[in-house]
Amino acid sequence: MSSIPPSTRHVLSILVEDRYGELARIVGLFSGRGYNIDSLAVNQSLEPGMSRVVLTTRGDPSVVEQILKQVNKLVRVHKVRHLVGDGHLERELCVATVRAASPRAREELERVIKLTGARVLAFSASAFTVEVTGTSSDVEQFIELLRPLGVRDMVRSAPVALSRAGSEGEVQPAESAAQ
Amino acid sequence: MQSPRIAIAKTPSSEPAARRAPSTPPNGQPAAGAADEAALAPRLRGARIIVEGLIKEGVDLIFGYPGGAILHVYDELYKVQDRLRHVLVRHEQGAVHAAEGYARATGKVGVAMVTSGPGATNVVTGLANALMDSTPIVVISGQVATTLIGNDAFQEADIVGITRPCTKYNYLVKRVEDLAPTIKEAFYLARSGRPGPVLIDIPKDVTAFEAPFLWPEKVELASYKPTVKGHPLQVKKAVDLMRQVDRAVLYVGGGVVNANAQPEVQELARRLNLPVTPTLMGLGSFPPNDPQSLGMLGMHGTYTANMAMAKADLIINIGARFDDRVTGRVDKFAVNAKKIHVDIDPSNVNKTVNVDVPIVGDAKHVLEQMLEMLPKSDPAPERKEWWAELREMQKRYPLRYQKRSDVIMPQKFFEELADLTRGRFICTTDVGQHQMWAAQYYPVDNGRNWLTSGGLGTMGYGLPAAVGAALSGTDQPVLCVTGDGSFQMCIQELATCVQESLNLKILVMNNRFLGMVRQWQELLYDRRYSEVGLKYFPDFVKIAEAYGATGLRAEKPEELRAVLEKGLNTPGTVLMDIIVHKETNVFPMIPGGAAHYEILLGPEDDEDAQPRELA
Repeated sequence: MSSIPPSTRHVLSILVEDRYGELARIVGLFSGRGYNIDSLAVNQSLEPGMSRVVLTTRGDPSVVEQILKQVNKLVRVHKVRHLVGDGHLERELCVATVRAASPRAREELERVIKLTGARVLAFSASAFTVEVTGTSSDVEQFIELLRPLGVRDMVRSAPVALSRAGSEGEVQPAESAAQ
Repeated sequence: MQSPRIAIAKTPSSEPAARRAPSTPPNGQPAAGAADEAALAPRLRGARIIVEGLIKEGVDLIFGYPGGAILHVYDELYKVQDRLRHVLVRHEQGAVHAAEGYARATGKVGVAMVTSGPGATNVVTGLANALMDSTPIVVISGQVATTLIGNDAFQEADIVGITRPCTKYNYLVKRVEDLAPTIKEAFYLARSGRPGPVLIDIPKDVTAFEAPFLWPEKVELASYKPTVKGHPLQVKKAVDLMRQVDRAVLYVGGGVVNANAQPEVQELARRLNLPVTPTLMGLGSFPPNDPQSLGMLGMHGTYTANMAMAKADLIINIGARFDDRVTGRVDKFAVNAKKIHVDIDPSNVNKTVNVDVPIVGDAKHVLEQMLEMLPKSDPAPERKEWWAELREMQKRYPLRYQKRSDVIMPQKFFEELADLTRGRFICTTDVGQHQMWAAQYYPVDNGRNWLTSGGLGTMGYGLPAAVGAALSGTDQPVLCVTGDGSFQMCIQELATCVQESLNLKILVMNNRFLGMVRQWQELLYDRRYSEVGLKYFPDFVKIAEAYGATGLRAEKPEELRAVLEKGLNTPGTVLMDIIVHKETNVFPMIPGGAAHYEILLGPEDDEDAQPRELA
């Protein structure tokens, strides 16, 4: 690699058998071949015995083609989808504890909550724990709004992603590879 | 390290496990429909299931080394000696390379068996080697009991974690009921699609538990369906190109050997009058002395083969993978040529080189499809100018070397060897200069007679691979061509050779250097020879004799022929120590990072004619 090509963010949705070591195989493939995982979300899928892995990565088109083929080659991977463009929706979860000590700060917090659709999960005399879901940029915006109020702690999940109802924006590498 | 493995055989932790086995299947009841079948099936211990499973898969020979965690299985091996032969090697690496040698020579799956911990970690090199060269093998490793896994138990290693990136697939079998289906599946994965190594890690208590022996008739994996036939439209496109384009070259790799597609390659080459160049792994796919053969391709390939790729308008790649030893600098590789690429592994397509007509499929099937689409009435194209150009290059830049009478030139040694054996032998090599000279001068007429470590470049592969080949049931004698460096990496397998009375001829090309590294240091590091002179080397003849083999030595050119003749005609395992010129280099050479037409030629070639830029 003499020059670093412009790399774009890519979202992969992987359906893999829920078996010992299969996630390690996927993750190991990325580290072993020098690809990067920006985020990773794993949970059960609709199909029994299958896990859905949603991961985001970066790379130029040839790198992503290689990633798709390599993941698809894993023996227990049933399906790999490359989610592109407007064809899919992404959501991540953010939970934060905010001090909001002064009455003014509490008023401001109330406004932020209304504006972003956040929810209060817990509160005490001195702090509030709130959650919000949205795209990565929604979440980033939310954090920026909270920052002046004194964020004590914050956690974000990896984004999950799904094709939008009625969308055609899916690519299945197994079929595209042969052509 | 060896004796403690035996010591754990009767530790309290493993014995009670064996006794409580039958009553407690770890995970519930078998399905209702299968219950009858299960009731009728014989109940066997896990160790016996492994052995019977291997026999069901058609295995009659395994290579291995026992130890504590695998003891129950070795006990069963003892009982089935008449149906399943075990060959004891002297190091686990040797077991895997022997299995690889067996697999390459026969086309069947090679099998190795080792114990846990150090036994298992010693197979890593062999697994990585088999993965790179697409060799079908199954390795069974013992593991500490399931109750001990994760406790840093004696001889425990997370071998499934360690070997995940160097196997096609691997398993940790935690339930005795899973053993039979796992073994069946492992063999299927090893031999199907792009072949490769599969490891099955089996905890000791699983080999002691009992279960009904139910052997699955077939394997069905929804997520694993290798493409065998090429897409007809793509094949058609390829055939049209091959008929239209005059300056074409057929580039064949190990996939042809794995698919047993040598007759089809030859027919395609004939019907289209194509020049053919094999890769290191593809040697033997096309007769080496055929007028249509350009010789080997790549870093130490012939001038003509590499320049044919550079000057062609069409490259037809069957079962090769545009490896960096072939392409050189990728951005300068055959920029003007259209490329057809037939590969069973879709991830090889457009990996390093973008191609115009990719065809995912098995080499044999795709070649058959191509041959069917070629109109029978088509006369073979003449390709007159193209052949004239190639012939001119062949005439001007043949393989050549300095002839000397005071010292044995390595190339002379290989010429003599080729003359005396004429490809009748199975030939294994190690890695380095001798490997490249063998590839250049030894006439391989069948890919299954040529066993070399291509992708990984594993010094130490040659001798154990020769053990595997010699035990493959062939009538052919086996040659192991090696160097004084490589040979010492698995020298202990001499004991296996003598133990099994193998008809094996070992040729040590002895230049008292790690020759290939020295060559790079000479050419690229201004002769700063850093740790390439073996300051001490043993007397190989005496070593052979100490192991009970025959040892011979040739030091002078006038001794060479006689020693080779004597050695090749002496029965049993014979080592010939051939003392050759110390600082001869392998030419042609494409230095790492150079374009594939920036070929260095030897001092014997016309200095003015050293090609630097592509005409």
